[in-house]
Amino acid sequence: MTTIAAGARLPVARRSVVEREHYLNESVGVRSWLLTTDHKRIGILFLIAITFFFVAGGIAALLMRINLLTPNGYIVDPETYNRLFSMHGIMMVWFFLIPSIPAVLGNFVVPMMIGARDLAFPRLNLLSWYIFVLGGLFTLADVVMGGVDTGWTFYTPFSSTYSNSAVVLAIVGVFISGFSSILTGLNFIVTIHKMRAPGMTWFRLPLFIWSMYTTAVILVLASPVIAITLVLVALERLFHIGIFDPRFGGDPLLFQHLFWFYSHPAVYIMVLPAMGVVSELVACFSRKRVFGYKFVAFASISIGVLGFLVWGHHMFVSGQAIYASVVFSFLSYVVAVPSAIKVFNWTMTMRKGHVHFATPMLYAYGFIGLFTIGGLTGLFLAALGLDAHVHDTYFVIAHFHFIMVGGSVMAYLGGIHYWWPKISGKLYPEMWGRISAVLIFAGFNLTFLPQFILGYLGMPRRFPHYPPEFQALNVMSTAGASILGLGYLLPLLYLAWSARYAQNAPPNPWGATGLEWQTESPPPTHNFEVTPVVTEEPYDYGEIEGAYA
Amino acid sequence: MISKKTDIWVAVALLVLLVLTAWLSKVNLGAWNLAAAMLIAVAKALLVVIFFMEMKVSPRLMWLAAAMGIFWLGLLVGGVLIDVGTRVIVLPH
Amino acid sequence: MPDAHLAQQFDDPAQQREAAKLGMWVFLMSEILFFGGMFTAYITYRVDHPIAWVIASHHLDFWLGTTDTALLLISSLTMALAVHSAQEGSRWVTALFLTLTMILGLLFLGIKFFEYAKHYGEGLFPGFNFTYKGPYQREIFLFMSFYFTMTGWHAIHMIVGLGLLSGMLAITLAGKFSKAWHNPIVITGLYWHFVDIVWIFLYPCFYLVNTR
Repeated sequence: MTTIAAGARLPVARRSVVEREHYLNESVGVRSWLLTTDHKRIGILFLIAITFFFVAGGIAALLMRINLLTPNGYIVDPETYNRLFSMHGIMMVWFFLIPSIPAVLGNFVVPMMIGARDLAFPRLNLLSWYIFVLGGLFTLADVVMGGVDTGWTFYTPFSSTYSNSAVVLAIVGVFISGFSSILTGLNFIVTIHKMRAPGMTWFRLPLFIWSMYTTAVILVLASPVIAITLVLVALERLFHIGIFDPRFGGDPLLFQHLFWFYSHPAVYIMVLPAMGVVSELVACFSRKRVFGYKFVAFASISIGVLGFLVWGHHMFVSGQAIYASVVFSFLSYVVAVPSAIKVFNWTMTMRKGHVHFATPMLYAYGFIGLFTIGGLTGLFLAALGLDAHVHDTYFVIAHFHFIMVGGSVMAYLGGIHYWWPKISGKLYPEMWGRISAVLIFAGFNLTFLPQFILGYLGMPRRFPHYPPEFQALNVMSTAGASILGLGYLLPLLYLAWSARYAQNAPPNPWGATGLEWQTESPPPTHNFEVTPVVTEEPYDYGEIEGAYA
Repeated sequence: MISKKTDIWVAVALLVLLVLTAWLSKVNLGAWNLAAAMLIAVAKALLVVIFFMEMKVSPRLMWLAAAMGIFWLGLLVGGVLIDVGTRVIVLPH
Repeated sequence: MPDAHLAQQFDDPAQQREAAKLGMWVFLMSEILFFGGMFTAYITYRVDHPIAWVIASHHLDFWLGTTDTALLLISSLTMALAVHSAQEGSRWVTALFLTLTMILGLLFLGIKFFEYAKHYGEGLFPGFNFTYKGPYQREIFLFMSFYFTMTGWHAIHMIVGLGLLSGMLAITLAGKFSKAWHNPIVITGLYWHFVDIVWIFLYPCFYLVNTR
């Protein structure tokens, strides 16, 4: 077993990448990419698409934060501000976070991890990407038309009756992208059930697969509900059919039920894959098998199921019946338990392990710390009394950004760095990787910690102006956002640079277990020359050979 | 495998159930009208699933997929009814 | 000899067949939730406005609805028989049953179109021509909105189904299906039966709310 010393140069593959045929060079030209059915290429297509939306959503955020530098900021007028936070939410949730780990890392890694040649339905996979792009184009068209001002939550009756913005166009974009999600989920479910290599039993699967499987089931069960809900809003807006309009006996709160029935599980779509990545990273960089494998696996399933039972906690102050609120509050506490079990198990994995602070591990650490804070503040919000005080304030914003950005985005970046040698066949520059990780962590905390305080002190969300006494905290937050933005820019640059100019990667630069590391970097189109047969337990770090030298 | 003869009998059963539910809707059973209509609908759906969709001879995984879909819909309906069903209407004084 | 229909990602035809069936069932799972969202909204309002729902249901044509249901139930039979014939490898019998299924589906849609036109003429078409005046006017408007939205989405699914059936018919007539390979017809059948099941529930929800 080889240890990876900090700053050491990792060994170079003996044969150069140019000689060997692999999935990147087996066919060239735009057509070969746009008509590919190779899950690895499709993962890269998704990577390009979601990075674009990450930048677009990030620009919206930056504009908001600049406006919030002063209590009466007029960089943008209030109308535009509404559209900025709405488009930020729509693009970040549906066009970045939800596809991020599943459609990029999941697409790339899942078949290899289970020893398959591809997903069950490669053509559906490509269709999923085209559908995603089509939805994205509608959303961009909406931006051109001025964007929506309803918030990403499209609450009725504002969205269905009173808003003057391009609501239907945005709804069409999101509706279409929902089918991309459903197809991806469908593909993963069938693949994981039917295409595991011989010997790959359920309890020999890497925990990333357990997370992806659960995520896939959530995608399939939850996405259709948002689809039909948004369709109803569009129908109401276009034809005034009355479904959410109190003037016809309609119930605006019904919209919120239907919306959050999807959107709460949606946050688990965003965080479960991240947890899956963290399990992989923590095991590899602690050189230890994951503590309590079965507990982590079943915790994933529990989160998936329980995540569907808590949606009413978004509606505590909307007029929901108090009895229902009590039930949802209780269940929201219960859903925290499996997440806590996972954090405990990751920590125990690191204990007495041989921890290496490579870039992916820095991101994993970031995830564990920030997700814990985000998760705990979720419990604050689950308490009815507290929620009445901080609902619709910056406290909520800080809470979910800690989980989605401090958690999911960090895990996504950790996963990108971890599998980058496999994806690109190149080694990214480790020093820049670490610098960026630290910068992102620092920038993130400076951006969002002040927001907890602001929210508790009463600063409402979705407002472009605030009382002057909140300025210092807002300035801190904006300063943090700038650092965060810089931190995100660096990987964009050095990863792109490395794809062309960096050192070639060996098949297993990290000395990790897992079938994806038993094949070349980058892998051949069909992943494995010979279908592997699995005989070992996962995370067998005691006995495997280290990096190929 | 489900035989063709079985399929034809299932179709007959479905049409009989249709006649039954149509006739019952014209009879005043009070609250039981709804229950009867739904039970018959469920029976028809089960016949289609088990025989026409060959669930009877399919692996259990398919049963699980179908059952999960229904169960999840139940969660949605149940959750909404907890709210809608227990709202206290406050009238202005 | 390598099986021409075996996709490269699968190891054997049985795996491919099982994957196809599971894939369609997972998709149908999502469709349950898609229609389920509408059913949830429907249930909410039926609980809220029970009397209005009964009155509104009277405005629908009981006999047309019942005929529609019968047509779809029989179409499920012909679809099942089409799948059987495909499994036996009989080209012409399969084509016959597929055609019958399509005809029944088209008849269904024809009746639906007639009903929609009738309601438009009667001034019961929310958003386009709603002129009903009387007690529970608002809630009847709501009921009709649900009627058109839910049967409308059902009809869209039927049209997709007809499209799939035409494709299956074309492939059958071209002789491409055999005893060894006929997965697409099996999964088209699953889809068609599902759309039938949705109607099995739509029928009592809209046409049988009356008690007299």
